[in-house]
Amino acid sequence: MSGGTFVGMPAFPEAAREAVGDTTLRANLRHATRTIRDKRAKAVAELADWAELREAGKRVKDHTLRHLDHYLVRLEESVVRAGGTVHWAADAEEANRVVASLVKATGETEVVKVKSMATQEIGLNEALAAEGIRAYETDLAELIVQLGDDRPSHILVPAIHRNRGEIRDIFEREMGSWGRPAPEGLTDSPGELAEAARRHLREKFLRAKVGISGANFMVAETGTMVVVESEGNGRMCLTLPETLISVVGVEKVVPAWRDLEIFLQTLPRSSTAERMNPYTSMWTGTTDEDGPSAFHLVLLDNGRTDTLADEVGRQALRCIRCSACLNVCPVYERAGGHAYGSVYPGPIGAILSPQLRGTRSEIDASLPYASSLCGACYEVCPVAIDIPEVLVHLRERVVQGGAVTRHGNRVTLKPAKGHAAERAAMRAAGLAFARPGVLRLGQRLASRTRRLHPRTLPGPGRAWSAARELPKVPAEPFRDWWQRTRGGTTEGNGK
Amino acid sequence: MRVALFLTCVNDTLYPDTGRAVVKLLTRLGVEVDFPMAQTCCGQAHYNTGYRHQAEPLARHFSDVFGADAYDAIVTPSGSCGAMVREAYPRMGERARAEGRGGGLARHLAPVVPKTYELTEFLVDVLGVTDVGAYYPHKVTYHPTCHGLRSLGLGERPARLLRAVKGLELVELPGAEECCGFGGTFAVKNSDVSAAMGVDKVRHAESTGADVLCAADNSCLAHIGGTMARLRSGVRPVHIAEILASTEISASTSISASAEISASTDEEESPS
Ligand code: SF4
Repeated sequence: MSGGTFVGMPAFPEAAREAVGDTTLRANLRHATRTIRDKRAKAVAELADWAELREAGKRVKDHTLRHLDHYLVRLEESVVRAGGTVHWAADAEEANRVVASLVKATGETEVVKVKSMATQEIGLNEALAAEGIRAYETDLAELIVQLGDDRPSHILVPAIHRNRGEIRDIFEREMGSWGRPAPEGLTDSPGELAEAARRHLREKFLRAKVGISGANFMVAETGTMVVVESEGNGRMCLTLPETLISVVGVEKVVPAWRDLEIFLQTLPRSSTAERMNPYTSMWTGTTDEDGPSAFHLVLLDNGRTDTLADEVGRQALRCIRCSACLNVCPVYERAGGHAYGSVYPGPIGAILSPQLRGTRSEIDASLPYASSLCGACYEVCPVAIDIPEVLVHLRERVVQGGAVTRHGNRVTLKPAKGHAAERAAMRAAGLAFARPGVLRLGQRLASRTRRLHPRTLPGPGRAWSAARELPKVPAEPFRDWWQRTRGGTTEGNGK
Repeated sequence: MRVALFLTCVNDTLYPDTGRAVVKLLTRLGVEVDFPMAQTCCGQAHYNTGYRHQAEPLARHFSDVFGADAYDAIVTPSGSCGAMVREAYPRMGERARAEGRGGGLARHLAPVVPKTYELTEFLVDVLGVTDVGAYYPHKVTYHPTCHGLRSLGLGERPARLLRAVKGLELVELPGAEECCGFGGTFAVKNSDVSAAMGVDKVRHAESTGADVLCAADNSCLAHIGGTMARLRSGVRPVHIAEILASTEISASTSISASAEISASTDEEESPS
């Protein structure tokens, strides 16, 4: 997956410009997000206690995050008691190393995978490939992305940017070199496409000795892993291999079995607009003569505890990856998932990636600005993450710098490059606004010279006038009119 | 009732007609309006772009100017500036405290937070009116701006006010709740996406057959209107205050007659 790397991505505005101009992409995205969006609204409206569920989910997550050390230790004890092994990975490199050595120890060179964003985040497939191990994605959409040498562009529907015709072409061209080829004369009917994928994948499932998965939730009380999905491919992947390795972000833990009650209602309704997920798989350690005989849990930090150290930003860790925020986001709809330069696109990606990875790179520094702060994402989020609040908070980090935690240490960030002019302008505007007299002088000057104003603006303002006309400067600012007429009481006719 | 008009820096400088309309409307409804001359800017652009510390003196200044006991309420014809005061000011106070600077800022800003109202909110909730005695013989569609809709929760208030306007035909805007793409500095920093959103908003407005698209925020209207002008759209942007202030006399000339709004007493007696 050469296209699988996000390194060296351009900043969001440039990446988005290309996407905005791609009419097929925009049409695919618009159609898909609008369909899911409308269905979600209906599914959510069915529950009279949605607001309470949302609040409960938020509280459970906050409580768990506040006592994360405690619950992770409990989880480890439970997993070990149930016959599993726990590995702690501080970053991507460590996690990849652990997984590669576990696979090598089995003597296998092929693994099947069920959709796992954590392994995408750490680039596991590439790391395994470097060790001579081939990883097969088994989630239908992930398969399309993998065969197309592409990157996922949506949390739930990674191939959302592809239409049926494109998928057919990818299958026909690529399936053969990955295993069973696509049948002759494959059309773009959904049934035929699904059947081709099914046959292709079935061979993989029956052969594979090692499975790699993520998890939606981990229950500290019992050591249980939970995966929810729609296709059933995940379940095959979880039950058929001899060795199962799950790579899961530390924030996915919940204290008790009982807490699942909330999320198993809010997650499917928010994501696929279903009342229940078609497949909910739960496994606890190993069981004799049933399922994998070896189970490994790799607990991934990779910037999560650093994020936890930030009072405002930590709420991003509540995310249950439902993707509702993507589907309502007007910016995502037009820019597409790839523009976000991360496995986490859309509003949640805009606040999660710059926290997990830091704001040093151009793309990460641009992400907090990839929003008009319209608030639609906050409104739909089933765990009430105030995404606009975190965006503004991260903007502050980008333009002002400040203290953050990186790799467990408190460090002081310098402001990102390229904001000096803006900072100066903001300071100047601040000074002017602090003195009503200065503001007034500026207004008067603008009014006097209004006939000379150009139709386009220089500098950064050019971006405004490229697509929009400028408002006309009035002959008289309001305050002058007010002062002259006392709100119209002294001089009858406003002017 | 004595009200301080917080017009916002954008309206003051670029949209004085909106300010005159608010004065006319509130006066007609028997409210005593004052425009504190020392007012400048609430600090929203600074705050939203990441310059919270630079927004603090502006917030303090706002509170100095508007916090006076003499005012029963602070009214603004801008949803986003209203949300700035009501939502972001308390947050700024909290952040200052979290940064070890004590509760000074929070205490300084506290008096203005509960008494700041967006115009339509003030009319419906505080004055308890939905029929403001306006006349506006046009086909109008309403765009609920994001901050008015989600931060302030204006809900049905603007639509109720518009429905009570004589001569006005209110038509529903498809995708009304979707952001127009303005977003302050977003319009410049991500201008391609912003422009694409603006074009879609204008096309939706056109599809309604309305002559006028109205909203309760001139910043969004500047973006939508600028896009309309560029697309040579047949729909015009008008601030809701100007519609609510219109009477048969002012409307009899032309739409831009709202620019000529006078607060003369005869006109205030206009029939409804
Ligand atoms: S941020 Fe909220 S809405 Fe977005 S994916 Fe996460 S849980 Fe879902």
